[in-house]
Amino acid sequence: MRTLLGFIARNYYYFLFVFLQIVCVILISKNRNFQSASIINSSNAVSARTYQTISNSKEYLSLKEENDKLSKENAGLLNIIRSRSYEFIQVASLVKNDTLYKQKYIYNAAKIISNSTNLRSNYLTLNIGSEQGITHDMAVINAEGIVGVIKDVSKNFSSALSILHKDVKVNCMLKKNGSYGPLSWEKDDDYSSATLTDIPIHAKIKVGDTVVTSALSSIFPEGIMVGWVKNFERKSGDAFYTVKIRLSTDFKKINHVYVIKNVFKNEQDSLEKTSQKHEKDDK
Amino acid sequence: MISDVLKNTARFIFLVLLQVLIVKNINLGRYFIFFPYVLFILLLPFNTSKPLALLISFVLGLTIDMFYDTQGMHASACLAMAFVRTGVLKLFAPREGYDEQLKPTITYMGVAWFTSYALMLIFVHHFVLFFIEAFSFHEVLRTLLRVFCSTLATFSFIYLMQFLFYRSGVSRLE
Repeated sequence: MRTLLGFIARNYYYFLFVFLQIVCVILISKNRNFQSASIINSSNAVSARTYQTISNSKEYLSLKEENDKLSKENAGLLNIIRSRSYEFIQVASLVKNDTLYKQKYIYNAAKIISNSTNLRSNYLTLNIGSEQGITHDMAVINAEGIVGVIKDVSKNFSSALSILHKDVKVNCMLKKNGSYGPLSWEKDDDYSSATLTDIPIHAKIKVGDTVVTSALSSIFPEGIMVGWVKNFERKSGDAFYTVKIRLSTDFKKINHVYVIKNVFKNEQDSLEKTSQKHEKDDK
Repeated sequence: MISDVLKNTARFIFLVLLQVLIVKNINLGRYFIFFPYVLFILLLPFNTSKPLALLISFVLGLTIDMFYDTQGMHASACLAMAFVRTGVLKLFAPREGYDEQLKPTITYMGVAWFTSYALMLIFVHHFVLFFIEAFSFHEVLRTLLRVFCSTLATFSFIYLMQFLFYRSGVSRLE
């Protein structure tokens, strides 16, 4: 025992190195797990406030462009409202209390205060957090298309996985015929493209087809714009197409976004879980 | 001694802010990525005790992780870099050892010494960082290419910075 202690004391430098590396490995492996919140993330007070200060001053540089985007989006929304034959009523927020009709998604406006596009796993930091009703696993979109999924939340800030993250998978479909598959960000994709796999070969597909989110995703609402088909191929022996998508969101220029809460997410998830469990029990 | 601590603290804050506020936004594609904050580890005084260097590098890595949302990755890379640093210093030591007055910069040690010292350590840092980030052997060649390109990018950045701040021999960041 004494010789062992002596050995450790003599080589404590190496033991310190190994110990700290083990701490790192634990931190890294915790972060790889989607469900667990990470301890060190950019939604904490120090880094989020630093980012916010810079973002506030940078915002002025892109005001014109943002205004254009917003007015375009407003025009689109007005078109949808007017095209229905209902009378147009101006309300700040629409909540209907009816047992037949239930609002499924709640939208929150937010601002991106930090963003990256050139790493293998990219993250975003948003300026709203748990006090504004943000929780884990909410969808982030902007006027152009999908942006990401919320991962960690602090009181007034939150950090989200960008779609440009190697572990993010979103279920998407071809708008015209509904064939669906998971969208992922592969190693040969850059900031403007992504890969859609598992599209069955009997599905008719053309370059330029629109891709939107499917109803299978419990995070994103159905029909949110994702992008357009850039090219597609069938690898030899595969029963599926691998489709390259040109993303509609310009990830280098995201500023204002919406965070979407699915009110029934817990209900849907727990129902799916129980039915899976029953299935297992039956076997 | 006290002024050494102050100088290094100031350099720590300056380099972290430079990294996360300015350099993080530089975008030259996915192969050329700059991490000039490692200059802090390169410029630690020769007489810094080895365990202290490890601890400081660990803290530096965690600070960067906080801003990059990469919990533990930069910390691990910085630790590896600080660990290898002692060996590299020994390898490149002048015959009579390092003088108390010397500092590991271009002005004190010369271009050749600094280039080999910095390139080797930056390579170790980037190698560990990018391989943890990719976390798979499917992308080995691509990741290696990223390591090489980014090592050159970071080194050029640091080299230019040394000229900006150390040219006259009297420096602001020393």
